Amino acid sequence: MEKPVQKIGLKHGSGGRAMRQLIEDVFLELASPVDGVGLSALDDGAAIRVGDQWLVITTDSHVVHPIVFPGGDIGRLSVSGTVNDLAMMGATEPLALTCAVILEEGFPRADLERIRDSLKATALEAGAPFVTGDTKVMGKGELDGIVLNTTGVALTRRVVTDAGLRPGDLLIVTGQVGDHGMAIMAKRHDLGLQGDLRSDVAPINGLIRAALAAGGDDVVAMKDPTRGGVSGSLHEMAAKGRVGIVLTEQAVPVRDEVRAACDMLGIDPLLVANEGKAVIGVRAASAQKVLAALRAHPLGRDAAVFAHAMAERPGAVILDTGLGRRLLSEPEGELLPRIC
Amino acid sequence: MAKDLTQELKFRDPAKARALAAAMQRNLDALGREVSVMHVCGSHEQAIARFGLRAVLPPQLKLIMGPGCPVCVTDGPEVDEAVALAQGGAHVCTYGDMLRLPGTSRSLADAQADGARVHVVYSVAQAVDVARAHPADQVVFMASGFETTAVATAAIALTDLPRNFSILSVHKYVPAAMEVVSRSKESNIEGFIAAGHAAIITGSAIFEPFAARTGSPVVVAGFEPLDILAAIVKLTELILERRPEVFNAYPRCVTRAGNLPAQKVLWRVFEPRAGKWRGIAEVPDGNLDLRPEFARLDARQRLGLSLDTSAVRDEAAAGLERECICGPIMMGLASPHDCALFGKACVPEAPVGACMVSSEGTCRIWHTYGGAPDLRQVEGRPAGQG
Ligand code: SF4
Ligand code: SF4
Repeated sequence: MEKPVQKIGLKHGSGGRAMRQLIEDVFLELASPVDGVGLSALDDGAAIRVGDQWLVITTDSHVVHPIVFPGGDIGRLSVSGTVNDLAMMGATEPLALTCAVILEEGFPRADLERIRDSLKATALEAGAPFVTGDTKVMGKGELDGIVLNTTGVALTRRVVTDAGLRPGDLLIVTGQVGDHGMAIMAKRHDLGLQGDLRSDVAPINGLIRAALAAGGDDVVAMKDPTRGGVSGSLHEMAAKGRVGIVLTEQAVPVRDEVRAACDMLGIDPLLVANEGKAVIGVRAASAQKVLAALRAHPLGRDAAVFAHAMAERPGAVILDTGLGRRLLSEPEGELLPRIC
Repeated sequence: MAKDLTQELKFRDPAKARALAAAMQRNLDALGREVSVMHVCGSHEQAIARFGLRAVLPPQLKLIMGPGCPVCVTDGPEVDEAVALAQGGAHVCTYGDMLRLPGTSRSLADAQADGARVHVVYSVAQAVDVARAHPADQVVFMASGFETTAVATAAIALTDLPRNFSILSVHKYVPAAMEVVSRSKESNIEGFIAAGHAAIITGSAIFEPFAARTGSPVVVAGFEPLDILAAIVKLTELILERRPEVFNAYPRCVTRAGNLPAQKVLWRVFEPRAGKWRGIAEVPDGNLDLRPEFARLDARQRLGLSLDTSAVRDEAAAGLERECICGPIMMGLASPHDCALFGKACVPEAPVGACMVSSEGTCRIWHTYGGAPDLRQVEGRPAGQG
């Protein structure tokens, strides 16, 4: 048996097994029963029944280094993260967002204004209005620049959890994986890589709305593969849905630049974070319809069916390399330095 | 350095892989019994695990990784020597994974944490640079690795070196260990896959006396998935036909004679001696030691006085370490799944045994790639998906 940790390490924030274990050990105490999806489900957000609808609510804090990176910045990241978490619950029309900012003494005003502009532009893009916020300042060295917390609420008639997979369902990824994590890595470590590594950070509620419109009730599970990457999402979906998942490696879209950077660093793109992608579980009969709807949207042009669920080996994620098969390991500790 | 991807993809063709698996199956059906074969290179295990090749092998074939990682087979007392030198005030330079390798009770990383001067280098030349940068101190290069890296060490030994530089050789010689494994009744290995990159230097002929003496065929293989599968097909064929021969399945890089100038350098500087390999016991001719005429470069002789390893061995090995089964794993008698600590108390961030330390170690590789559960029955594609 593993002994309970006494001190928090970086790996406890990395979106993998260590983080899930910590949350289960420490925070599940806070869970109380709700009519709907509560804390104990450990999903992307909560859903509370309100009349014949569901109020979906989610919150996220964002720290990232550097705060401006190719393809985005911390402002765009925090709006997208929250809007996408709502969308993963089936709630694609955010009612309102809040934003709490904690700043380190000495933080440049120009950077703050730039982040404000980015928050505003991204919220507009997502159709999500900011309605309230909070600002605090801490002393020099007490935090690293800036922490942004955003909370979002939305109403939906149907909740999609991450636990809905059944044997035979197909899984779709909405585009190339690994862009965000590798863009951050390249910038932070000054890798001097050739080619264009840009984060995919974007609000994808519009894309998900299109998928839900096409698939209806046959869209049965959704997850955004942020920290922990596609592997992390699949492991959670397999465990919660009590199915095995077989993933076809060659069907996963990965940009050449990202693959080259991953090869160089010995990192599996399936473990790298994304900020504008979703993994969607669909009943097989509707998979082509959903795929077509995704591909018709500018953010889903490279969507692909890449995995399927089966009754055997519940909880396991099996990678088919085309030459053989192995278990895909669950993201565990700090694969990458923290990126969101 | 840009890799030629199309060149590589030729060796990743699923249809060819299936054809090779079928050929293997035919050979095994003709044999009508189980067969165990061993490969002796961590890079082969990397490819086998990464591409999930064990899932397509016939069930009667056991593909076992042997002593294929020079970090793992470096013995505890050899680490103690390096730790003693470092604690005695010398700068110790070595390759990355060696740092965390446990000695009898301490690692170089432990010594470093206590203030000893330990440097990670990527080549022996960098270690010489350290010596030049610290002319007033003794600088020791802990030289680990098989034939390939030993050639690099040998080459530098023949150059003009600073007087404060010496070598602690823990170089190992692979064919000697194959002999020990092949003579072990318990492991029952009937054929070997030899490492292509080592054979580039030594040539495939180096295995001929071994095959003749032990009756075990040897196939030299490259590192792409199809290289490995093709080598296994050839090996099962040689076993079936009772031909204890050496076959070069990597002719695009390896010749029968190998790189003769490199061999000349290697044997001019080193000579094989009996030595202990971690987990395997004494291997006759298993260590490469500096020849007497290079005594001035030999840290054991030059700094012998400070080589009192008792100081680093006074603590008893921790309880966890006693449960580590690296030894039987290296002999092909157990797999990481047989170890109670695997993936629990022993993980790459906090390795208990040697095999979890090195990126070429069996336990580390299995941990990275999800181990080797039997996935032969799992369908790759759902019904009806194109
Ligand atoms: S899992 Fe760790 S303790 Fe067990 S055999 Fe491997 S290295 Fe040794
Ligand atoms: S990992 Fe362990 S078992 Fe494997 S080759 Fe290295 S020492 Fe031997």
